[in-house]
Amino acid sequence: MSLISNITAATLAKDIRLEWRSKDAINSMLFFGLLVVVVFSFSFDPIAEESRRIAGGLVWVAFLFAAVVALNQTWAREVRNQVLDAYRVSPAPANSLFLAKALGNFLFVIVLEALMTPLFIVFYKLRALGPAWMLIPIAVLGTWALVVNGSFFAAMSLRTRAREIMLPLLLFPISLPAILAMVRATTAILTADEPAKFWIVLLVAYDVVFTTACLLLFETVLQAE
Amino acid sequence: MKRAFPILGVLTAVLLSYGLYEALVAAPTEQTMGDVQRIFYYHVSSAWTAFLLFTINFVASVIYLIRRSPVADPVAVVTAEVGLVFCTVVLVTGPIWARPVWGIWWTWDVRLTSTLVLWLIYVSYLMLRRFSTSGQTPLLAAVLAVFGALDVPLVYFSIWFFRTQHPQPVIGGGGSIDSRMMHALLINWLAFLCFAFLVCWSRYRLEMLRREVEEIQSQKSMFEARGAR
Repeated sequence: MSLISNITAATLAKDIRLEWRSKDAINSMLFFGLLVVVVFSFSFDPIAEESRRIAGGLVWVAFLFAAVVALNQTWAREVRNQVLDAYRVSPAPANSLFLAKALGNFLFVIVLEALMTPLFIVFYKLRALGPAWMLIPIAVLGTWALVVNGSFFAAMSLRTRAREIMLPLLLFPISLPAILAMVRATTAILTADEPAKFWIVLLVAYDVVFTTACLLLFETVLQAE
Repeated sequence: MKRAFPILGVLTAVLLSYGLYEALVAAPTEQTMGDVQRIFYYHVSSAWTAFLLFTINFVASVIYLIRRSPVADPVAVVTAEVGLVFCTVVLVTGPIWARPVWGIWWTWDVRLTSTLVLWLIYVSYLMLRRFSTSGQTPLLAAVLAVFGALDVPLVYFSIWFFRTQHPQPVIGGGGSIDSRMMHALLINWLAFLCFAFLVCWSRYRLEMLRREVEEIQSQKSMFEARGAR
């Protein structure tokens, strides 16, 4: 167990340091997210009451598209210098690499969400009618649901043509229940029309099921060449 | 084995024509919906056939993941492709029936949504197979099939939370159905199963031939490369 956590920590620290120095993923995600916010905002120009109903969907669609930008770069560095091949022959457990990548992406997307949320509040005149602190667990669970499968499918799409297009094609159909749950839960909090509990439970179930599946199958996918 | 194929073909043709007669002429007209209801015999038979094929696809994928059996993967390809066709028939005939009966083409009901998501997952499954460049396509596809199978119950459960609009299943759902309608439905399902099996079989032979040709070509190019040296 400590071997897994040591290697995970080392890989994660490396990724964060690289990202801190280059800021490739976070910059492209941020700008992309900003563009989505602006485009949606002036194409709908909603009043406060309307935006409460649609903001849940808009926010998550923006985060989803922006997350794909980061997810697509997950393995790019490892492929370039045959790091992945070195990883395959090393005795390090495959899951520690996967966890490091998923946690790294999780961190990047959470940072993105933290920076984008004020923008949404400004552009869409948002004010939650329900308990606003509940949005934090929803964001954490929802983001994990996206990045755990995203990191996994990014590894799968390494061996395809047009891999940057392949990732959303694989990720979106599988993520539909999670996206529905995040959007519904967020809308429930914003409008205070219905309880968000069911959707949070669904997100937890989704996270547990797919984290388990990813951890069980990642070694198979990593070794497939 | 070679002779069984045309026999099955003739049997399928006979069953499909008999099924058509049963569905359009012999089965009684439904009291409230009228003749529109007759699409039911095709809609439901296609749905059952598609779900059966997707189940076989899932089982074959799991077998491939565990044993790397060389038969399991072509079975998975074939059932995914043919299943997707039947699933498309379900998704097209559904709205045609729903428009006059419900007054709307589509609603985000539990069965409709799950079927659509299943359809989307299998489209992405076939895209993955098409775009994959490595020799490990079967493995990646099998992994995706397992993910898809995990996803469908979650979709079903999430939409089930809303009330559902789709008619309850006539079998095992507490609904009642005229015995002649049931007869027409079962005949059509049998015909569709035979048809699906026939298509799967020829597609399976095609897939095996394709693999054989690939093998021979790679051997030939290896041989030529050695000769050139």
